Amino acid sequence: MLKYHYFPGCSVLGTGRACEESTQAVIKELGVELKEIDDWNCCGATAYMSVDEHNALALAARNLALAEKEGATQMTTPCSGCYLTLNKSKHYIEEYPAVGNRVKGSLRKAGLEYKGSVRVRHMLDIMVNDVGLDTIKKHVKVPLKGVKVAAYYGCQTVRPFKDFDQQHFPNKIDELCQALGAETVYFPLKTRCCGGSQMGTLPQVAQRLVFAILREAKRQGANLIVSVCPLCHFNLDSYQPEIVGRFHEDVSIPCMYYTQLMGLAFGIDPKTLGLQRNLTWDKCFLRKQFTPAGVGA
Amino acid sequence: MPLFSLEKKGTILSKGGPPDIMDVTTRHIKYQADCDPSFPAAIKKIPGCEKLDSCIQCGTCSGVCPLSIYMDMTPRRVMNLVRYGFKKEVMASNTIWLCSSCYACTVECPREIKVTDIMYALKQMAIKERAYPRRFAMVVLANEFYKMVRARGRVNEIHLVTRLNLLTNPLKMLSMARLGIELIRRGRFSLRPESVRDPRRIREIMEYTENGNGKEARSKC
Repeated sequence: MLKYHYFPGCSVLGTGRACEESTQAVIKELGVELKEIDDWNCCGATAYMSVDEHNALALAARNLALAEKEGATQMTTPCSGCYLTLNKSKHYIEEYPAVGNRVKGSLRKAGLEYKGSVRVRHMLDIMVNDVGLDTIKKHVKVPLKGVKVAAYYGCQTVRPFKDFDQQHFPNKIDELCQALGAETVYFPLKTRCCGGSQMGTLPQVAQRLVFAILREAKRQGANLIVSVCPLCHFNLDSYQPEIVGRFHEDVSIPCMYYTQLMGLAFGIDPKTLGLQRNLTWDKCFLRKQFTPAGVGA
Repeated sequence: MPLFSLEKKGTILSKGGPPDIMDVTTRHIKYQADCDPSFPAAIKKIPGCEKLDSCIQCGTCSGVCPLSIYMDMTPRRVMNLVRYGFKKEVMASNTIWLCSSCYACTVECPREIKVTDIMYALKQMAIKERAYPRRFAMVVLANEFYKMVRARGRVNEIHLVTRLNLLTNPLKMLSMARLGIELIRRGRFSLRPESVRDPRRIREIMEYTENGNGKEARSKC
């Protein structure tokens, strides 16, 4: 049985709750064991790196040290931001001895030791490479016919690290969706930035970036956008009325996490997957088909 | 229309309006001696920024940047200004604040310069030296995030966004009412302050370098 140490991240405790719910439901169905890292802390995200580089790396490294203490060799996270920050921290500690010594020094102060024995992996990587598409195919109970997916990877899933997919035109989510019986459309903006936290600080710019992504998905004939990261999902899913009003073009399109789509195909109840938490679920064409009475029908 | 209240004060060539051609005494250009060579030196010391000098000014970073069209200086230009020491100009541009860390430039750079890391280094420097307008949203967000993690070890997004709006533009809360109600209705509006078991452990880690520890380790390497 596959077993990993799990780093949830702050997002999934609040606005990204559905990400956690659907990941746990799907992972359980696939028979993978996740053990949450005890007393984990915020990875620091992009905001921390803007204030103090050393503290940002040390903060992320604390999680790595905690996982090592629990005897982990592989840890995984569903959030692309956390994945990047934890991985970046690991790379910098190992590549720059000066950084490594300082980080190790501050961790020692808190009674922790960093040895570098744990590998940071993205949840998507676990799904497509460790569990494998064949196993996923076997679990499909309701093939997703008529679903045309625009797979949105976001920026930090494949940049700057390319541990598990191509960097310029990644296709793992596409392959995953095809295994679920859905179609995927050609989507050139699949790794273009959604604006991230700029949605809070500079909405006039971030909304324009999201508008471009939504419009392109629609233009390519997609009827669903599938995303990975809680922040991308929040930006794509939550601001559609504002964006439609501002740019006078109907770009509204349902959005969900790839784990939610997997869950639907596995015949899991939409409520367990947290689909009711998505703002675009109310008008989603899949809703009728997958309301509890319709499952498996 | 300017994006920020931050105006193009520091641009090098023009000061707005056509130059007075008979004004032969005012210098409109900058000499190399006016530049600050300690600026690129400080940046290059930061991990990830050491390859700055190998930039060939090809402009790939600006081409792939999804935000460069909103910037007053493109990333390519910032790279060149940094390495020749135009500190004031770089610090006054909105480029470093628009960067949303998508790493497209870092991945595409043919000289393997980690442009995103240089942007981070510039942000850190600007925050340390308070070289940003008052109540500037990006800095407020970064600082509030920093404080929250320092105090609790974890972040609650709702608290963070509320603090951001209160400190920058309280009226903006009104425009976010729809979203707030939706989030409450869907159980995503969590007000519970998240925390690690003992936040003091987090502070210990941070104070280690703030008190000047670990510097010897740095100079040794």
